[in-house]
Amino acid sequence: MKTVTLTIDGRKVTLAKGSTVLDAIRAAGVYVPTLCNDDDLKPYGACRLCIVQIEGMRGLPTSCTTPANDGMVVHTETEEIRRIRRIIIELAIANHPSDCLVCDKSQMCELLNVARYVGVSADSAQRMRRGTLDLPVDSSNPAFDFDPNKCILCGKCVRICDEITGTCAIDFAYRGTKTLVSTFGAGPLALSACRKCGECVERCPTGALMPKHVMLPQREVETICPYCGVGCSIFLGVRNGSIVRARASNKNGINQEGLCVKGRYGLDFVGHPDRLTHPLIRKEGVPRGVGKGDPAKAFREASWDEALDYVAQKLGGIRERNGADAIGIVSSAKCTNEENYVLQKFARAAIGTNNVDHCARLCHASTVSAALAAFGSGAMSNSISDIDHADVLFVIGSNTTECHPIIGRRIKRAVKFHGAKLIVGDPRSIELCDMAAVHLNHFPGTDVALLNAMMREIIRQNLHDKKFIAERCEDFEPFRKSLERYTLESVSQVTGVDEEKIRHAAELFGKAKRGIVLYGMGITQHTTGTDNVKAVANLLMLTGNLGRRGTGFAPLRGQNNVQGSCDMGALPNVFPGYQATENLQARAKFEQAWGRKLSARPGLTLTEMFQAAHDGRLKAMYVMGENPMLSEPDAEHAKEALAMLEFLAVQDVFLTQTAQMADVVLPAASFAEKDGTFTNTERRVQLVRKAIDPPGEARTDWEITASISARLGYPMNYNSSSEIMEEIAKLTPIYGGIHHDRLEKGGLQWPCKSRKERGASILHKDQFTRGRGKFHVVHDIPPAELPSRSYPFVLTTGRILEHWHTGSMSHRSRVLEALASESSVEINPADASELGIEQGDLVSISSRRGKVETKARKTRRVNPGQAFMAFHWWDAPANLLTNPALDPVAKIPEFKVSSVRAILAVLERAAEDNAFLTALAENPAGALNAYDLTPEHRAALASGDVEALEKWVGPLEDRLKTWLKLRLKREKISEG
Amino acid sequence: MEPVLLAKRHIENSTDINIAIGEGAYKALQKVLTAMSPPQVHKEVMDAVLRGRGGAGFPAGLKWKFLDKNPKRTRYLCCNADESEPGTFKDRVIMETDPHMLIEGMIIACYAIDAHAGYIFLRGEYANSFRILTKAIAQAREHGFLGDNVLGSGFNVNIHVHVGAGAYICGEELAMLESLGGARGWPRLKPPYAATRGLFYEPTVVNNVETLACVPHIVLRGADWFKGMGSENNYGPKLYCLSGHVNKPGVYELPMGTTLKQLIDQSGGGIPNGRKLKAVLPGGSSSAALTAEEVDVPMDFDSMSKAGSMLGSAGIIVMDDSTCMVNACWNVARFYAHESCGQCTPCREGTNWVARILGRIERGQGEPGDIDMALTICDNMLGQTICALADGAVFPIRSIIQKFRAEFERHVRDGACPFGAKRKWYSVLPE
Ligand SMILES: Cc1cc2nc3c(=O)[nH]c(=O)nc-3n(C[C@H](O)[C@H](O)[C@H](O)COP(=O)(O)O)c2cc1C
Ligand code: SF4
Ligand code: SF4
Ligand code: SF4
Ligand code: FES
Repeated sequence: MKTVTLTIDGRKVTLAKGSTVLDAIRAAGVYVPTLCNDDDLKPYGACRLCIVQIEGMRGLPTSCTTPANDGMVVHTETEEIRRIRRIIIELAIANHPSDCLVCDKSQMCELLNVARYVGVSADSAQRMRRGTLDLPVDSSNPAFDFDPNKCILCGKCVRICDEITGTCAIDFAYRGTKTLVSTFGAGPLALSACRKCGECVERCPTGALMPKHVMLPQREVETICPYCGVGCSIFLGVRNGSIVRARASNKNGINQEGLCVKGRYGLDFVGHPDRLTHPLIRKEGVPRGVGKGDPAKAFREASWDEALDYVAQKLGGIRERNGADAIGIVSSAKCTNEENYVLQKFARAAIGTNNVDHCARLCHASTVSAALAAFGSGAMSNSISDIDHADVLFVIGSNTTECHPIIGRRIKRAVKFHGAKLIVGDPRSIELCDMAAVHLNHFPGTDVALLNAMMREIIRQNLHDKKFIAERCEDFEPFRKSLERYTLESVSQVTGVDEEKIRHAAELFGKAKRGIVLYGMGITQHTTGTDNVKAVANLLMLTGNLGRRGTGFAPLRGQNNVQGSCDMGALPNVFPGYQATENLQARAKFEQAWGRKLSARPGLTLTEMFQAAHDGRLKAMYVMGENPMLSEPDAEHAKEALAMLEFLAVQDVFLTQTAQMADVVLPAASFAEKDGTFTNTERRVQLVRKAIDPPGEARTDWEITASISARLGYPMNYNSSSEIMEEIAKLTPIYGGIHHDRLEKGGLQWPCKSRKERGASILHKDQFTRGRGKFHVVHDIPPAELPSRSYPFVLTTGRILEHWHTGSMSHRSRVLEALASESSVEINPADASELGIEQGDLVSISSRRGKVETKARKTRRVNPGQAFMAFHWWDAPANLLTNPALDPVAKIPEFKVSSVRAILAVLERAAEDNAFLTALAENPAGALNAYDLTPEHRAALASGDVEALEKWVGPLEDRLKTWLKLRLKREKISEG
Repeated sequence: MEPVLLAKRHIENSTDINIAIGEGAYKALQKVLTAMSPPQVHKEVMDAVLRGRGGAGFPAGLKWKFLDKNPKRTRYLCCNADESEPGTFKDRVIMETDPHMLIEGMIIACYAIDAHAGYIFLRGEYANSFRILTKAIAQAREHGFLGDNVLGSGFNVNIHVHVGAGAYICGEELAMLESLGGARGWPRLKPPYAATRGLFYEPTVVNNVETLACVPHIVLRGADWFKGMGSENNYGPKLYCLSGHVNKPGVYELPMGTTLKQLIDQSGGGIPNGRKLKAVLPGGSSSAALTAEEVDVPMDFDSMSKAGSMLGSAGIIVMDDSTCMVNACWNVARFYAHESCGQCTPCREGTNWVARILGRIERGQGEPGDIDMALTICDNMLGQTICALADGAVFPIRSIIQKFRAEFERHVRDGACPFGAKRKWYSVLPE
């Protein structure tokens, strides 16, 4: 690295070329006041406080904008500089409110620090005879307030929103002294493009941008965000036993610039009064099922001993009577690696079954099965930071900016500032489409056709990487031949995407020097999920985009520790580290280590467990930290299945919908209350540290599992989670070098086989994990359910930024719940007007499996004929509608395609017991003919006289009346 | 002197291309395209020492020379026609009486610097200029002076007019380029300069209307002809704008270096109503004021700077002895407070507080320390900002206070304006 040496106030410092003079000053340990500089932002030079004298240079340059050159002699403070700085601050604060004592910022206020430093006195502050600004405070959003009266226009927030988050929700408005930080059109922040990530709030040097409820922490604990698989590192601020703040830590190279709204403002669920504090046992005689009223009333508090004995006795009894395989264990992607390890060990060694699975089944099972087959490893091949080095990013089936916000930001920055080209494949017009070079809005479930057509075009244009294919892959020929039928023309028809767009995307990706495919559940949650992922793998091998920096296979894992739960063998067919249960050697190793005979036969997957419960084959379930009642497809069916169990034990932090069905509920510690590790989407094993004590009698999951195990005659004597990790390291080659003491500095990426290894940021470097990369022939197969006359819409499901999964955490966060408190269904305005549905109307959405009522949100984000719902809502669980049809290999359900119909809720209710209304709603002209109406009736209907209609069918709701009028008018009946 | 830049001023329909051609327009272009290479054109302009007429007086030839010549990059020419400096209205006269001279100058400049697109950033209020320019450009295109393959030479060039939205700061070169590029018109940090990172972040030359208008004459008649006017290093014809208390306000074309006194007395016909000259802002509102005793000074870049002021945009604002200098100063200060873009703290806050302080003095609410406080703010603002607007505010304000301090003190002492000024020219800022 090239360096430069400068003299700062007589002291020499050497630092990297490309630094600024300010960097040099700081490296020399000298303070100069700054207000507009931020290391993560481009130089700005507007506050003019950091001026210095540099020998040989004219005037007083700002050190934050002046490049550090070799040999510069810098004087950081002279009489003149001191004077100028003081005047600048005097000017800046002449109108500033002086209520520092009661200002929430004061302790952390940079303006106050600087003012002190430059020596502003009471006199000088009054010199200009201050006026008072009295601009209105924007307190419209639940996360933070903006008080323009305290703003010094340093521009940090505006630049952060652009340069770091890529959102550009705010900018300067007006000019001169009237300049204001403003949203587009000066509307309230709540209604603006702002995503409430609070990055600006974090860095505002004054009290202008402040969180709503500020409490300074007594101490901070570094840990990992419990929401998504990005795995952001955070400092939890703790005060008096509760969490009062979260801010980003910068050690892991993932989220050095910040957090999303969930990580920053969504952690207060930990202290929510709904937390479970005592073991609960279902009261005698109260049937299972979600009853009316307070669900807690179905339970009584019990002591730990009673509850644990009860669980052990029940599980033991069932094992005796029905065999170990009559018991299903559900592990959790929200729990630590250590807890997942202990739970699967419990299933395999203590109970004696391989029936252990977790929600990865529902998100990335197809990734694991396909990528194991193609590459030999189901994990993300490269690192999140590779995004910065790619020149083409292909995001397919991932609404990254909402579901993996911090990765979403990186993508945006790569496009905005590093010149990367973006291809988006998504049926919906998601936020990333705004900056995409091409948006392929294919019909849901046509991913294979789309990718095959792209690959055919890449080969046709001779853009494939022949060397890579020949040297590193196998089975290319049959694969190449299989693409023949995927002509642009035919695929354009199947997918609904213009030929030109497919060609353009193929060219872009084919010509990429370094390309990454990032995908999410839009690829995996299909009956063809495994095929979809194989197609992705084919594309990467075809173009040689593997094994190098800036390339790679990037499945974005959903939950914080879904990667780790898989790694830990919370899967029915593998031991920790993907060692197959059927493999004799592996089994022998674990039998020896665990001291029990182990079953070879793969167990039931999560989805199969529910089927088995429904069929009566599965008698008991022990669920740790999952809420399948809302996350399983066809939730009604899942509920029935749970109701049929002989025994259900649920271990969780809240009384979730699943827990409400349980016989025993065991209160668990949350992420903030325990030590352990999470493994994020880029295979990074990171330390989770205990910040506070669990509420009441709640215990960590592994302690609970171990206690049950002991009662079943299989004691597991661990003293700490790091001890568990020692055992994991011994038995799991890819975790061989992972020990808690090695994870202090931002974690390690597996495979890390020994203490000597430093982890792997890139997989498949010289060869694939399985040796050669394998091309698979995959063909287009339509989704299991296609739109029909009665169910004309294709419903896709997913997540929104502000909520998480089934919402047991996010709905209990004050800010997140306030930001998005109502469920909704997105429909295209054209469809809405066809159905007479207005923005905000309550609509009923039904599929062959169930029905929900929710608010309509008209948006062009979805194409006509399609609808979108998030599955977070308790009042409108989207999974009542979804199709449980499974991918034959991975057993992942097709969450992304189901057929539904939409109808105005009031209409549906009214029509339920009125055949004439139904007919009228469906086909007004037909109804007039079919029914024997008097001329008087006909005339009334023809003139749209709904009041007359009311006389015959009884009173109608107002919304229904306006709807009918419009409907009759549209059908032109009322005109004749 | 024989008018050069204003030669067609009194010719009827001079904006029509046929009439203009009849008067010699596009002759220089023909000469350039048939007989001169781009370096030759450049050399001629260099030799003529054509100093920028936009205010800073930077030699155009040098500016062109500093342009990044990397053939892989796209170069642009931008004509600064924002002309928003109070007291300045010369560019408008050029655009409205001889648009083809400007267009010709731009084509030749593009040729010299290997640019194929020129932009005219036009002051928003100049609706008439806009009409005339767009028509003239269309005519030039019809005549084959613009577009592909100009006059069969193989050289392609286009000119676009962009209308500003009423911000003085967009006359500042980098703010102008930001605005042209579609962003908020805020000056950028320098370096990098426009020569390496200008419009659309490509190498760009920005020149004033009058600067570019000189170009055809220089290539047609030669650098020596140009240097025949004015004095060492300050050559050529110059447009002077006279306004304020003179009998004949207007734009006058005279050789560079004509004295300010001569301009006021002869061109302007002296001060009306037998009043006496009190002060002059000689180079637009951003220049330091000169007193009646200081006006015998040649109006060229170097002499004016030696006299403690500047030639600037040559907008001569004349004030007679009925003028309240506090009021005048306040007026100037309000202009800058209103026009500060708001980016740098010293300028945004400094212009604002100086204006408020001066307002208080003018209204008789001044306090003893106020005058010095205004001066201190000025001193600490000067040179401490991203662009030169703040300096432009300091020069007139500080010089007026210093040169007419007694008047300010009297306002404070009497608690009233001795001129009984009731004038309130505009009131955009809080008083
Ligand atoms: C605040 C400010 C306003 C300016 N306004 C103008 C203007 O209206 N017209 C102009 O030609 N130059 C203006 N300038 C000068 C330009 O920045 C630039 O120097 C000039 O256009 C260069 O052209 P020249 O070299 O031909 O003079 C302004 C400068 C500043 C700092
Ligand atoms: S709100 Fe804060 S960060 Fe934004 S410009 Fe004002 S002081 Fe700076
Ligand atoms: S991006 Fe994911 S891990 Fe990061 S703060 Fe947001 S929810 Fe947490
Ligand atoms: S000096 Fe004034 S006008 Fe120029 S950039 Fe700074 S704030 Fe804007
Ligand atoms: S920190 Fe350098 S100008 Fe603000």
